[in-house]
Amino acid sequence: MKCDNCKISKATIFVSQKVGDKFQKVNLCKQCASEKGIEDPTAYALVEMLEGMGKQMIIGSGATRDEPICPDCGFSLTDTKKTGRYGCANCYQVFRDRLDPLLEAIQKKTRHEGKVPRPCAESLVLNPLSLENPAAIENPEIRLSELRQALSKSVEGEDYEEAARLRDEISKVEASYKNC
Amino acid sequence: MRITNLLNKPAEWMQGGGPESDIVISSRIRLARNLRGYPFPGWAKKELRAQVVSCIRPVLEEIPEMSGAFAEEMTHLSALEKQVLVERHLISREHAAKGPGCAVVINDQQSLSIMVNEEDHLRMQAILPGQQLITAYRALDQVDSELETRLPYAFDPDYGYLTCCPTNLGTGLRASVMLHLPGLVLSDQMTQTMQGASKIGLAVRGQYGEGTDALANLFQISNQNTLGAKEEDIIAHLERVIEQLLRNEKNARLKVLEDRAAMIQDQIGRAYAVLKYAHIVSSKEALTHLSMIRLGCDMNVFPTEARGIVTRLLTAIQPAHLQITASTKLSMEERDVLRAEIIQENLKALTPPDFRGIIQHRDNENE
Repeated sequence: MKCDNCKISKATIFVSQKVGDKFQKVNLCKQCASEKGIEDPTAYALVEMLEGMGKQMIIGSGATRDEPICPDCGFSLTDTKKTGRYGCANCYQVFRDRLDPLLEAIQKKTRHEGKVPRPCAESLVLNPLSLENPAAIENPEIRLSELRQALSKSVEGEDYEEAARLRDEISKVEASYKNC
Repeated sequence: MRITNLLNKPAEWMQGGGPESDIVISSRIRLARNLRGYPFPGWAKKELRAQVVSCIRPVLEEIPEMSGAFAEEMTHLSALEKQVLVERHLISREHAAKGPGCAVVINDQQSLSIMVNEEDHLRMQAILPGQQLITAYRALDQVDSELETRLPYAFDPDYGYLTCCPTNLGTGLRASVMLHLPGLVLSDQMTQTMQGASKIGLAVRGQYGEGTDALANLFQISNQNTLGAKEEDIIAHLERVIEQLLRNEKNARLKVLEDRAAMIQDQIGRAYAVLKYAHIVSSKEALTHLSMIRLGCDMNVFPTEARGIVTRLLTAIQPAHLQITASTKLSMEERDVLRAEIIQENLKALTPPDFRGIIQHRDNENE
């Protein structure tokens, strides 16, 4: 079976994702899985044990591993459900397909009828969330997700000293994030 | 403008007046706006919030509507100063509790106030005395139009202005009025009124918004939906409901006068006695009685000029305003004493209730 993503390499990792009420199955090769932040499933259990995080691998604050996450700000679908809010303007693109039913319930209507702003000079549009920007590297969500990936890698490689160091780093970032 | 100047000068809306000012205390319009490319304030790190403030604040101070405005980081304001702004409805309680990376800009008349990094990057508000919803909207719309070419607003053609909470999506507009409704309260029609309002997409709340008690028979009425209608239509809908509510309130007052004249006279008389002669008055007690004095003004029991004084007192006797007046921190007991003093001082010229006026008032209204 070929990888669903690159369609070249052999798929070795099979992910079942619950989308709404349906299950979606994705077959990935090792490299694509790694790029998508999905590691060898057997590594999960060890990571969970090390981190004491229970059954679900956590990427964002309340994010489970398989759900959509806003690439700009790291807000997950679980976060939107939990808070009833969104993380940034781009979240409205990422979670767009779920928006209309929600709006029917809370707003009755689903399309804007009011004022439209005159265009603003594009040069004014700053994007600190794009990855070239140092601010994004400082984004704790992105940093945490990187650290967690590194952690599962080190566990996979049985480098437990490094894993312990990463574990401490993760709790440090989490703690400082909560304080700000 | 400096904070001391701002604190010592009452906001324009606190002076009373404006159309329908016997029942409508103030009209408020709020617009929510966000910038593209930045996470919403509640999801942004301190550094990113600070970037948003440094991006927005100079633009706000530059536009003509805000010239000579007061502008400050929230962390540079004391708890007391912030509380004064809350009591004046210039910032929200939530904004007063915010940490670093949040700011507020308020114009000279305190009719326009802009919170930076409240729930959204921009929460702009216009507040005017009496029923002036559309005037307030026009003023705020102008500010918004000044800003839209200088700040990259987060806007989607389908969903309008993108806000942190989808309950504000679309226009981002919340229109609200503060109404004095003693007639509906005394005739036990308030619960019914609230239920009716919620059926037609309006929310009725206490004086300081969500989760606050309706002291002094003051109620805030606002639109619940922000999406799917033009700004002017949202306001027109609210205005029509207000007109109906004013009729209901006036009828309720007449009905209470017909059925329970002695009770009304008793409450107004007691309010006069307590406020003129008591030396220790709690905030709740003061508000209850001031509401009755105000009703007395509307019913010709007191001269109508007194209404402005009462309206101003409604805010002046709040805890933070008292402490600003005293220019020192006061214990609750000290506040109750000072409150009584201030009320006595302000009502010095108020003549005793003349209930002959109440009969005239009823006959005039019946004609």
